[in-house]
Amino acid sequence: MLFLGFVLAPIAIGAYYSLYNWDGLGPLTHFTGLHNYKIAFGDPAFVTAIEHTLILTGLALVIQGPIALGIALLLNRKFPGRTFLRLLIFAPYVLPPAVTAVMWSLLLQPGGLVDQVMKSAGLGGLVSLWLANVHIVLYSVFAVLTWQYLGFGIILLLAGLQGVPAELKEAAAIDGATPWQATWRVTLPLLGPTIRIWVFITVIGSLQVFDVIWLMTQGGPAGASDSMATYMYRTGFQNEAFSYGTAIAIIMFLFCFVFALVYQRFALRRDTAGALTRAVG
Amino acid sequence: MQRKRVILGVAVAATAATVLAACSSSGSSSTSTNSSSAKVTLSWWNNANTQPLLGVFNNVIKQFEAAHPNITIQNVPMQNEEFKTKVTPALRGNAPPDIYQQWGSGGQATQVQSGKVADISSEVNSWIGSLGTPATSWQTNGKWYGVPYDLHVVGFWYRKDLFQQAGITSPPTTIPQLESDDAALRAHGIAPIGLGSKDGWPDAFWWEYFAIRECSQSTVQQAMSSVNLGAACFTKASADLDAFVKTNPFQTGFLATPAQSVPNSSVGLLANGKVAMELQGDWEPAAGAGLTSNKNFTNELGWFPFPAVPGGAGDPKAVLGGGDGYSCTTAAAEPACAQFLQFLTTPAVQKQIIGAGAGLPANPAADGDIAVPAAKDAATADSAAPFIAVYFDTALPTTPGQNLDNAVAAWFASPDASGSKIISSVSGPS
Repeated sequence: MLFLGFVLAPIAIGAYYSLYNWDGLGPLTHFTGLHNYKIAFGDPAFVTAIEHTLILTGLALVIQGPIALGIALLLNRKFPGRTFLRLLIFAPYVLPPAVTAVMWSLLLQPGGLVDQVMKSAGLGGLVSLWLANVHIVLYSVFAVLTWQYLGFGIILLLAGLQGVPAELKEAAAIDGATPWQATWRVTLPLLGPTIRIWVFITVIGSLQVFDVIWLMTQGGPAGASDSMATYMYRTGFQNEAFSYGTAIAIIMFLFCFVFALVYQRFALRRDTAGALTRAVG
Repeated sequence: MQRKRVILGVAVAATAATVLAACSSSGSSSTSTNSSSAKVTLSWWNNANTQPLLGVFNNVIKQFEAAHPNITIQNVPMQNEEFKTKVTPALRGNAPPDIYQQWGSGGQATQVQSGKVADISSEVNSWIGSLGTPATSWQTNGKWYGVPYDLHVVGFWYRKDLFQQAGITSPPTTIPQLESDDAALRAHGIAPIGLGSKDGWPDAFWWEYFAIRECSQSTVQQAMSSVNLGAACFTKASADLDAFVKTNPFQTGFLATPAQSVPNSSVGLLANGKVAMELQGDWEPAAGAGLTSNKNFTNELGWFPFPAVPGGAGDPKAVLGGGDGYSCTTAAAEPACAQFLQFLTTPAVQKQIIGAGAGLPANPAADGDIAVPAAKDAATADSAAPFIAVYFDTALPTTPGQNLDNAVAAWFASPDASGSKIISSVSGPS
């Protein structure tokens, strides 16, 4: 019942509202069918927002994934100060996104700390208008998102590494495997389920990314850092085009839903099938 | 089944929250009765959630309740952006607040369609004329749906000390003069003009001012009421602005600079002497005073109107402005609600509101109480203006108005002389 009332019903109502032209005040009288969806896909700003969202998602997988894995493998070894380092790397994830966004927009302002550090390191030629240059802003935002969310991936993978039996690595070493071979052929395959869950969480999170972008740039300048969610907020709430905003929300939902179904069917099923059916049956 | 629930739950969390927020009606706890002798409670939604205006309003309530023992005002202050997203669902729902803040013109006309905004013409007709022409922004179809409590005017705020350093003796009166002053400031290593493009709306001031200098009063009014920027003078305004922007008048990185609230905002840059001037509303001194340690900041400021554009059809004395006002909803008890709105415009209350730096007085009788010298110049220009053009995003219905703001903000990132995307923006997604 709860699920029906709080999850399914709002989606159904949202889908219904998205078929109208509605300013949020009057009755729902102006039925326009799929007109809102047509405008959305005909609006270059929205298509760009989708591209940005996909770029952020792709970068998250390709860049954050290997870095998180590498650091997790390093932090899994025993060395002095390991607990402190783990704490340090996880710290940004604990910060509220609002704090992250305000802090980084101050660091990245023209003549700010980032510029000064780069200049004193002899990299002055690379200094840019990090948030004001339409060609760079998306990647500046991605760097901040990476700073914030990398710790999460590392902790998740570290937890997964705890589940890799030390005996197997010892056995591999006795059989003459190099550390590289042991990692590649023993640790990584056993880490598979954790990596697949991380991919799932990261993709869903990236498709919905909003807070850091909104607070740092509001999707600007000129939509150069717009994600689907910031576009939705601006059109739906700020412009008070409620039914249009709802249509965007439904499109976002479909993106997430289709990904979730496909990923569930082809990637996650192996893990859950193996873990659940065999253990239970 | 269990598995599907988890997936669905994760996938739709954001969507569901958004849809819920859009549909929920927000409750207000007013218990109104229509008898004038009975006890009446009025809930009052406003965006004065910070000092000093918050304290001023609480005092005003005490003064009003002392004079009207049967009326209780319940102050419900909210953060501005939060306030704006709450009003529409509240007017849609069954329990709207009794009194709520709005900005007149097209936005008010949009809200009147809800049927929840009360026509208070019969309550205010006898006295509202004393507020003068600016108050007519709160009329829709000839009926009064709101009353202003302060007015705003946009113009240039400049640092007298920095102008002096650059050898500028008097403020510019034409755009070519402004451009040569910019060059003089640059030559002295001073960034001429601050602009907070991140927020979008300060960009709109620039385009709109060029538009009301290029277009006549009737063309502007016609464009606002027909929601159509097709007149040639609007395209000319884009070309003017394009030529002006090419002279590089703004501070470095202006596209990512916020407008207010933080020291690295455009007003913060002015307050700290990092830029020489800014095109902004009359709230500039109050907004800047909190962002600098310089206690004398507001006295170092000067004000001049937007310079004339040679050859333009608009009156060079016309100003861009607006104001803040309140409306009664149909849930509110009358005449109690209208009495409170009138009380806010009395000179004694106006003095307190102006003292908080909220804006210029809605009642011209209180003009003498403005404390900041430069703001007095702004008020004089406002009352002498032959035409007060209301901010286009307020004069237009809400959605086209916001689309225009977004289009102008986007234009600043890649300016072009035709401004065709600005012209067509008002017919964008609704």
